[in-house]
Amino acid sequence: MSKASETILAVERVRKRFGGILAVFDVSFELKAGEFLGIIGPNGSGKTTLVNLITGFVKPDGGRVFFKGRDITSFMPYRIADMGIARTFQMVRLFYNLPAYKNIIIPLCSSRVRRLGAGRYGEKDDMAVDLLDDMGFERDSYVPYKTAGSLPHGYLKRLDLARAMALRPEVLILDELFSGMSLSEVASTLPLIEKFHEEGLSIIMIEHRLKELFRVVDRVLVLNFGRKIADGSPQEVMENEEVRKAYLGIEVEIL
Amino acid sequence: MPDRKGIYRKKRLDRGIKARADTIYLIASWREIFYLLLPRAFPVGFLLILPAVLHGYWQKVLVFACVYGLLALSWDLLASCGLFSLGQALFFGAGAYLAGGLNYYLHLPPLVTVPAATVGGGLLCAGLLAPVIRLRGVYFAMVTLMFPLLLMRGIETTGVLGGTHGLSALSPFPGETLTAYLAVLAFLACLFLFRRLINSDYGLVLMAIRDDDRAVMSGGINIYWRKTQALFLAGSVGAFAGALMTHHFQFLGMSAFALDYSILPVAAVALGGQGSFAGAALGSMILVPLSESLRALGGLRIALYCIILMVSIVALPEGLFHYLERKYHQFETRAEVE
Repeated sequence: MSKASETILAVERVRKRFGGILAVFDVSFELKAGEFLGIIGPNGSGKTTLVNLITGFVKPDGGRVFFKGRDITSFMPYRIADMGIARTFQMVRLFYNLPAYKNIIIPLCSSRVRRLGAGRYGEKDDMAVDLLDDMGFERDSYVPYKTAGSLPHGYLKRLDLARAMALRPEVLILDELFSGMSLSEVASTLPLIEKFHEEGLSIIMIEHRLKELFRVVDRVLVLNFGRKIADGSPQEVMENEEVRKAYLGIEVEIL
Repeated sequence: MPDRKGIYRKKRLDRGIKARADTIYLIASWREIFYLLLPRAFPVGFLLILPAVLHGYWQKVLVFACVYGLLALSWDLLASCGLFSLGQALFFGAGAYLAGGLNYYLHLPPLVTVPAATVGGGLLCAGLLAPVIRLRGVYFAMVTLMFPLLLMRGIETTGVLGGTHGLSALSPFPGETLTAYLAVLAFLACLFLFRRLINSDYGLVLMAIRDDDRAVMSGGINIYWRKTQALFLAGSVGAFAGALMTHHFQFLGMSAFALDYSILPVAAVALGGQGSFAGAALGSMILVPLSESLRALGGLRIALYCIILMVSIVALPEGLFHYLERKYHQFETRAEVE
């Protein structure tokens, strides 16, 4: 079996109930190493809960999650991050009173980064600024040194992405990275993510901007009311009758 | 046009220099050097002279102030990583009983018992509180408040470690002045080290845990392990204070777990200001001598003490230290209104 087709992340029949609402019900899928998977679905269809279930922020009521064949279902979020699954947050979670680059220092202090032979004493500041430079925070401008709270929303989203990338992950999960970004910000961020994909990173991307999503992903998974209703190539998914019904014709515009 | 001559307004100017830009020290002139050095050197020098000039009663007050100062610093460290403790008495008592027990039963000299109690007390406190480290805010505070009470009543009813009578005739430190110097030096060292610590990347992670623990977790950092480390550090400092007091008094009793040791450090931080350690230090250096000098008033002492504390908290919620720091960096001049 070639490395490209190896399963890196497997989700098996996970379910989660919040009170009377089935947020996620019996969702299973596999992510191959180096694959770019998109997850779409109407609001409240359980996309973010699915991310929380994979990254350990929410414990599933049933089902299992495997990372490289290892059962990570009951692991704490920091352990899952430590193994190499990094995520961004839909509502960015940053330290607003710190300079932007200091936000990147925190994952650089993790044992994962130390294990990978980086982030030694005295290099973390430079590494953080380097990483932000790649994300479009020009090192010679004032932007990386301003407090995060004073930056515009698009920068915060990219800062959150940089924070996830600082972990040097093997799987990157993007939870609505583009929400609230302007078109030009999306246009400048999308090539970054495509570059990560080309470098071999496995990516799961949750997105409402279907046009951009369908352009870059290998495969799309569709959720509705917590259930998986479609899984296939962007073309197959767009032609799926159930998906069209769930989206009430939004796909027609894309086609 | 009305005559507006002689009307003045207050003009405020913040000093433009960024004294310390992470790694670059801007030293332009002697004036700048003194400007930076004076607020640091003056309190340190003052504290170092005090044990030599004070005698008897006021020397004891100084030791007390340093001990409460250490407890306040330890409280501030825990608060920096989001753990609000109401149980500094646990740290204090653990150190006191470890040092006292080692000295009384095994006849070890203070040179051994104090370091042993410092490390052992830190381990004990971290061990006791590690299981509840997932609790946040008031829930963690409640548990820390209960621990000293539990141990106090445990010692009272079972009679272990001297029970209600306590352990007496413990080895003293050689000389009162030496004790005072030990207290002052430990206090200054702790202040310096904690301030360095919180400005390092390690401290950055601790403060980030306070601000948003989930974001820190998603950065692959084991927040519970970090919090346990902070508990060990804070516990060690508190335990050192306890061990020091035990040998200073040459007596050890259940009062080592008294509520005073939990509440007064919090009051000191409330007065001085949280988050910079200097505030905690300043607060305890004011509160303890103040409470001693009010002793002549008898029963009214506590009432007056409470009023002073309340007024300071209402009038200066940011804390005295942060207020002074801000004012130090501002020029205030009177400019004529044109």
